[in-house]
Amino acid sequence: MNKESVAFGYRTRTLRFRWGSGRVGVRLLTVSAVLFLTAVVLATVSLTYGDYPLTLQQVFATLTGGEQGFERTIVVKWRLPIAIAAVVFGALLGIGGAIFQSLTRNPLGSPDVIGFDSGSFTAVVLAIIVVGTNSYWWLAFAAIAGGLVTAFAVYVLSYRRGIQGFRMIIIGIAVSAMLVSVNHYLISRAEIKDAMTVGLWKAGTISRVTWPPMIPALAVAALIVVAAALLAPAMRRLELGDDAAVTLGTRSGPVRLGLIVAGVSTVAVVTAAAGPISFIALAAPQLARRLTRSAGESLLASAGMGAALLAGAHLLSLYIAQLYRPVPVGLITVCLGGGYMIWLLLREARQRYGLVR
Amino acid sequence: MPPTPTRQQQPARAVRADAPSGSVLYRRRAAGLLVILAALAIVALFSVSFGANPLSPAEAWRVLWERDGSEASDIVWTVRLPRTLLGVLVGAAFGVAGALIQALTRNPLADTGVLGINSGAGFVITVGVGIFSLSSIQGYIWFAFLGAAAATVLVYLIGSAGRASAAPETLVLAGVALSAVLDGVSTFLMLIDEETFRALRAWGLGSIARTGADETLAVLPFIALGLVLAILLSGSLNSIALGDDLAASLGTRVVRVRVLGITAVALLAGGATALTGGIVFVGLMVPHVVRWFTGPDQRWIILYSALASPVLVLAADVLGRVIVRPGEIEAGIITAVIGAPVLIVLVRRRNASGL
Repeated sequence: MNKESVAFGYRTRTLRFRWGSGRVGVRLLTVSAVLFLTAVVLATVSLTYGDYPLTLQQVFATLTGGEQGFERTIVVKWRLPIAIAAVVFGALLGIGGAIFQSLTRNPLGSPDVIGFDSGSFTAVVLAIIVVGTNSYWWLAFAAIAGGLVTAFAVYVLSYRRGIQGFRMIIIGIAVSAMLVSVNHYLISRAEIKDAMTVGLWKAGTISRVTWPPMIPALAVAALIVVAAALLAPAMRRLELGDDAAVTLGTRSGPVRLGLIVAGVSTVAVVTAAAGPISFIALAAPQLARRLTRSAGESLLASAGMGAALLAGAHLLSLYIAQLYRPVPVGLITVCLGGGYMIWLLLREARQRYGLVR
Repeated sequence: MPPTPTRQQQPARAVRADAPSGSVLYRRRAAGLLVILAALAIVALFSVSFGANPLSPAEAWRVLWERDGSEASDIVWTVRLPRTLLGVLVGAAFGVAGALIQALTRNPLADTGVLGINSGAGFVITVGVGIFSLSSIQGYIWFAFLGAAAATVLVYLIGSAGRASAAPETLVLAGVALSAVLDGVSTFLMLIDEETFRALRAWGLGSIARTGADETLAVLPFIALGLVLAILLSGSLNSIALGDDLAASLGTRVVRVRVLGITAVALLAGGATALTGGIVFVGLMVPHVVRWFTGPDQRWIILYSALASPVLVLAADVLGRVIVRPGEIEAGIITAVIGAPVLIVLVRRRNASGL
């Protein structure tokens, strides 16, 4: 590298392999690695919490196979799927949020604000109550179908001489308000036996995740991550506008469709297994963007941030459960994420009138 | 909407040729009032007739006048009549609160539910019940007013951060964020404290079935005060519609009108939320529909909203009782399912009945 006085932007490093090469931002990689590491550490710590407290040493011993018996049952069979769910679901929500914020070019255009998770949830509840199925594959399928139908409805309803970001968000909010009350009705009529548990599930909780539903969720998650990674460069080009993207050789139609399907699927998979967990998809890409100081929403850093946020919220919910009683992790993310959204709106409003920057 | 390209540029403020003249408009408004009153009477009669134990409207009408101690008269007088009166009361409260907040913010998408004002009242009630262990509505009604007023001010500040008045969509988003947070924290408080959960379980969901007649009577004076305040303010709201500067130059005390207006909204939305747990979209829909008939005069809009909103709430309640008999769907759920499409239509064609 020759030294020049011109700043070329962020420090990047060129990686060359036999099968190809690419440039990656050093800061982006570092931040993402730190975020994922944080998520894993938080999730590991969360393995110690519960009705039967363990020390970190015990957890490590169990995970490496040293400990057997009851501790092993607790850690590997009961707590490990939940910890993995916290990291993987958080990462998925981060990816979904980044995709939709990039597509709508609006930080508020995330799938939980537009109401795709409500649509997925309606489909899941309908599948359980009306069809009577309990197979996790079917539930995941229903969630994706419900989310896609909702996405399609919102898209069609907000199409009027093109799509305008704000109109789409408000229409999404209206659709979601309708679906939420339908969900409310379905749930309140379906299971009267335990209103408290229903309240937990409706708010989104990962504490009831077990291995059987995690296996299809992980399989679909792997598919989504691969698809998102393949589509990421095209997504970057779409951010330049459709015309520029097409000039650069992107087929904008299929790419956008693929991105929508991938984005809806991320939220749907999480909703099928854990109920609607809001505001991670909203907050993660924006926080990640500020940490990496990148221009757009990076999928990698957003995934890391989502994982760290959900693992952190999960740990917090376990801590509160120890002090008072179990609180769904979705409630914690709503309280923190909603506050963040209000701050975002304040900031946007001030920017519009030229008070910031 | 962009101006349509015409061969000849239209004058900026052309008088609409089809605008009705004064006396025609007056007659139309008076006739409309009669139609709404008739509709209200019919829906109220349906409301006392239908239910798990249906009566014929004639039978219901008869026992309304002679309370003869029969089973039918007991049902009507102890269950359905209080419920119907409650529906009328909260309907008028939410409708007028919606009309007021739309006029105050000059925002056609405003509604006490959408802007998080109901959630504010609900949140402070939950805090009151959880921390101060209040159990009667006389105790927590003041918390409801406080919460509604604080939420109104807060969402207005968020939506209008900066100098210009708030963009409609920003205000709605601010309200959605605010109600998400407040509802989240309320649920949180209810879940960590079983006593609060038990005390507030029956409350909420936008149902008008569970509230007792004594509670309705306790809140009645506050809602009545709010309605009177709204009607007194309606003339000044007409000049506020022209913008704050022009209103001030016309002699309207803008700040005083705003403060009193927010007080009225807090009384109406807070009181009605304390009774029902919040019914959304009534305050959004009714003023818009009403505006098609009355034109932009706030005095008529508020009067019409006060009479037409009870029709909507009672109709939603009756519908909820009829379609899943012998069960019930809460009125708030029905209004949400009807109201969301209305919001969608409004966002798609904002000029139709914009302010």
